[in-house]
Amino acid sequence: MTLTRLLTGAALALGLATTAVAQDKTKVGFIYVGPIGDGGWTYEHNQGRLAIEEHFGDKVETVYQESVPEGADAERAITQMALQGADLIFTTSFGYMDPTVNVAKKFPDVKFEHATGYKTADNVSTYSARFYEGRAVQGHIAGKMTESNIIGYIASFPIPEVIRGINSAYIHAKKVNPDVEFKIIWAYTWFDPAKEADAATALIEQGADVILQHTDSTAPQAAAEKAGNVITFGQASDMAEYKPTPRVSSIIDNWKPYYIERTQAVMDGTWETKQTWDGIGPGMVEIGEITDAVPADVKEEALAMKEAMANGEYHPFTGPLKKQDGSDWLAEGETADDGTLLGMNFFVEGLQGEIPQ
Amino acid sequence: MDLSSINPALLLASLLVAATPILLAAIGELVVERSGVLNLGVEGMMITGAICGFAVAVETGSPLLGFVLAAFGGAVLALLFALLTQFALANQVASGLALTLFGLGLSSLMGQGYVGIKPPPTPKLDIPVLSDLPFIGRVVFSHDLMVYFGLALVAAVWATLKYTRVGLVLRAVGENHDAAHALGYKVVRVRLMAILFGGACAGLGGAYISLVRVPQWTEGMTAGAGWIALALVVFASWKAGRVLLGAWLFGGVTVLQLNLQAAGVAIPVEYLSMSPYLITIVVLVIMSADKSRAPASLGRVFHASS
Repeated sequence: MTLTRLLTGAALALGLATTAVAQDKTKVGFIYVGPIGDGGWTYEHNQGRLAIEEHFGDKVETVYQESVPEGADAERAITQMALQGADLIFTTSFGYMDPTVNVAKKFPDVKFEHATGYKTADNVSTYSARFYEGRAVQGHIAGKMTESNIIGYIASFPIPEVIRGINSAYIHAKKVNPDVEFKIIWAYTWFDPAKEADAATALIEQGADVILQHTDSTAPQAAAEKAGNVITFGQASDMAEYKPTPRVSSIIDNWKPYYIERTQAVMDGTWETKQTWDGIGPGMVEIGEITDAVPADVKEEALAMKEAMANGEYHPFTGPLKKQDGSDWLAEGETADDGTLLGMNFFVEGLQGEIPQ
Repeated sequence: MDLSSINPALLLASLLVAATPILLAAIGELVVERSGVLNLGVEGMMITGAICGFAVAVETGSPLLGFVLAAFGGAVLALLFALLTQFALANQVASGLALTLFGLGLSSLMGQGYVGIKPPPTPKLDIPVLSDLPFIGRVVFSHDLMVYFGLALVAAVWATLKYTRVGLVLRAVGENHDAAHALGYKVVRVRLMAILFGGACAGLGGAYISLVRVPQWTEGMTAGAGWIALALVVFASWKAGRVLLGAWLFGGVTVLQLNLQAAGVAIPVEYLSMSPYLITIVVLVIMSADKSRAPASLGRVFHASS
């Protein structure tokens, strides 16, 4: 009698426990554009994933897929992840925008979060960081430090985010150094170390002594180190292994707080679609340590600018500014609105070259 | 547009560097194909060499040892192909494709612990007087050992195939394995050696990417270089000198398009990006318009009983 009761009780408890676990565990999926060891963009998203695991412990399960090509394969990978029972899926590259929206239609109960896109739905949110704030700081340091007055820029794809970054860096380099010139190479890839290394080498050979990059690997840093006397900035991640030179500072994407907040919202059932675009202020964009290779006064100015952007006193796109074709864009003191920034498809006055269409 | 910012000496110097990986892989594959074997696994052997060389160089601190072990790693993978095709008589095309997939997977497994590490720098071989020469010094005499090794290898392969007994036997095996067999040559043994040589060369080419050109390890970093090497062999109509020309052409156009972009040339970027592939194909097709043809036994299975 006692034994039976004990067993029944145990079985009941076990049953409750297992169902409780099954219900409690929130499954969070990630689709990455590069390998998690790229040392840049994907690496930081994966840090965010690990932060979720650490924060919630047994209450979450995370899954991820690396190196998913943007396009048809992405749709397959996202579908697969939704079929596996993910409750929340983060798709972390601009090119996943349409695939994410397509898959979201088929899985209305799954929540989707797309990084750097602009299309939303009832179960699709977007989130991005105001990297252009970080690039303003980089542009300032670059303009002050260049001796050849040629700054090389390795750009990935001609999308608004990349164009915004070029404009922001250029405006602030030009402000402190009117002779500065930008040389831009479009790599048409987010991650191809050999191509990025060749692009950096080509820029250096044409006289650039500062390399800015909007691609994800550390290959340009390695090329700059080989060349000597060239400075670079970490992109998406600190890239601290190249300190103190060539890497003199960096823009770090910090997704951890956002990922934890959104996972919590799914757990609480309070998740709602929204468009998040945070910058230095809320800590989504961080400026990596400015090394001693940068003169103390330049470092101070850079940090002051960072501070001003953080508390909202300064906007990197403040008039007077003209477009490349000479037409007026922002009047004296006017700041750009988010809509224009999100769809930016023009260079500001002074930049050479055309944006590939 | 500012073409004067392109320094021709630097451009040609980077051309030699950009051409070296595909040159090494292609000259190895040329020997393999001249012996009558079609190994489509070049990409797999390259990426395996890339991680083997990288791992060894990082662990021992010696890039030279890295290159040696990269060649060894490529050859070991090639041995697998040799066992399948020469002894188990498996289909060469299928085995080669499988080798590429296997190599890509194996290398990413081996490379797990090597992401984000800097390899020891490969020293430049500055030849005292020669490297001080204007222009020529910068273009030709300021590279690392592997660039010269690649050039020497092409010359050696060319001379061996053309003038030596070994080369003659190898070509005979590739042209007609039954006749070679009837004359008493060991067809399988010759092919085995050729396959191992091809694997070693591909491994070196891969290691050149991970140790010199990039230098770092990332999955899939050869990014199709093995396929370009394969195409070069065909379009160079199985001639060593033309493989060299093709590799320079491809490397040259690749580097040139990046330089043109940086100089702000007003050609749409998309055309520049595809130009290396287009121009290489066009020129090599023109080059291959002579009467040369593939080795007659290429891709055919040989067994002494048949």
